[in-house]
Order: sequence, then structure tokens, then C-alpha cells
Amino acid sequence: MSNRADSRAALAAIAPVAVAAVPIGLLFGALAASKGLSVAEAGLMSLLVFAGGAQFAALELWTWPVPVAALIFSTLLINARHVLMGASLAPKMVGFSLRQRLIGLFFLTDEAWALAERRALTHRLTPAYWFGLAFVLPVAWVGSTVLGAWFGSLLGDPERLGADFAFTALFIGLVAGFWNGRVTAFTVAASGAAAALTYTLAGPPWHVAAGAFAGIAAAYLAAPTESS
Amino acid sequence: MTIDATTFATILGMAVVTYLTRIAGPFLGARLELTGRAKAAFDAIPPAVLVAVIAPSALATGWPETIAAAVTILAAARLPLLATIAVGVACVVALRALL
Repeated sequence: MSNRADSRAALAAIAPVAVAAVPIGLLFGALAASKGLSVAEAGLMSLLVFAGGAQFAALELWTWPVPVAALIFSTLLINARHVLMGASLAPKMVGFSLRQRLIGLFFLTDEAWALAERRALTHRLTPAYWFGLAFVLPVAWVGSTVLGAWFGSLLGDPERLGADFAFTALFIGLVAGFWNGRVTAFTVAASGAAAALTYTLAGPPWHVAAGAFAGIAAAYLAAPTESS
Repeated sequence: MTIDATTFATILGMAVVTYLTRIAGPFLGARLELTGRAKAAFDAIPPAVLVAVIAPSALATGWPETIAAAVTILAAARLPLLATIAVGVACVVALRALL
């Protein structure tokens, strides 16, 4: 398949994700403004950090004076999952040069990764496809963050609009794309239970690691020993 | 359009550790060759992580969110991604108004 066709397929795949990111970005910008961050600071965070979950967690922990070390540590914990995602993606990035990997992986998100993994099930993952995925989301994310911070006070209560739930609905849709029968059912049940329990007892960001490891352990135990 | 020095340093720190998590995987994982249960565990990383991220919202926020999540799961089995999101958001808005 040509580069152009690959890019076009990537744009078609990422478009609904970018649309779904807009209300989340507006919400992030509005919350950042309510915490006392300027429009420039909120936009800069979305541009440089570019990781929604960690950014929301940082806002939740944000106080003045800024607890710098706690915020960076929480970001590291929440984004530690990128290491696992990058490791699973690496064998599929065979046609990428080192520079393409180093630049391309800056754009590694849950969404781009999920779509790339799904692509790799049926096609070779090309740089054209990856960068097609990569460039759309930052535009939507940074743009909606800036707008949200700007109009933050006018937006009203975002929960009334259900915008906060778009994130949950999006991820449920993405998990459905990974469904692989019984093993996935055990994985989802274990991860959900462990993460919700840990969130209630210990608070964020520990629930991400707890749920991930419970789900992985459940898959290990549920899988037949002889499968390959 | 002001940028506070401490805020900037925090954002920069968050950006650096995030980028390190993004590039660490290929250097650690490229040597892995997995079969059997280990492969099943590795393949489970995507759904396990995605579910863990949303579990607090879906299971530990309130009945409207939990019921809406269940409806969204049913929608996800039949509908494309954007329609799934629309169903979930509409459902949570309605349930928050009712419950």
C-alpha cells in the first residue's frame, strides 16, 4: 500500500478519536483555568506533556505553592504504562529509522497506540500510518485546551454536559476492539475490580498500576498453558 | 499570556518523564520473545490498562456512571466508536438528571 493510502487510512481511524478528544480538552482547559493556570500554561502543558490522564491527575493535585516533585512523580506513575505499550509496539515498527522512532514515540498515546496495534493485526505498521495518526490528536488536544481555558468561566458545569464521561465511553469502545473471548473477560473483570478498589482505598494514580497488573495476572492464569 | 517560572518547570519536568516513558519501551521490549501464557499476559496489556484508567469513573463515581458504562459496553458491541461515545454521554446526562 502507498504512503498516501496509509496516511489516509490513519486519518480515517484517528478522526473519531480527535473528535472525542475535543470535549475532554475543553474540560481540561476549563479545569486548568479554575486552578489558576493561565491560557498559555494550560496550552503548553497539553503540547509538551500530551497525556490526558496524567494532566487531569496533575490538576487534581495542583495547589499553590506548586508541589513540583509530587506532580512529576504522579505523572511518571500514570504514564509508566507507556513503557509497556512501547514494548508491545516495538516489534511492529520494523520499517522505522531511529529518528522516526524517537520523534514518532513522542506522540504515543493510549488512542494512537490502540489504533496502531489494531492496524498491525491486519497490515504492516508503516511510518506513514503512524505519523498520520500522530499529528491529528495534538492539534485537537492543544486547540481545545486553549479554547477551554479561554472560555473556562463561561462553559458552566462540564459534568452537566456529560463531557467528563466521553473519556470513559471512548475507552470502553477501544477495549471492545481488543476483545479476544474468555481471556479478555477475565482481564477486564480483574483490572476493573482492582483499579476501582485501589482508587477508593489509596487514590490516584495507584489504581492504574494496580488494575493493569491484576488484569495481566488474570490473563496469565486464564490462558491455557499450551497456547502459543 | 503569563507563564510562571515554577509552573513552567513543573510542566517541563512532567514532559521529560512522560517522553522517557514513551521511548523506554522499544529499548527494553524489542528483545522479548514470548509464547504461551507469557504471550497471553502481554497481549492482555491493552485491555488491562484501558480498563484500569476508566475504572474509577465507571465503578467508583456513582450509579449514573456505572449504569451508563454498562449501556456503553452494550453499545460498543454493536456500534462504531463515535456512536458508542454518543450513546454513553447521552445516557449519563439522562441518568444524572433522573437519579
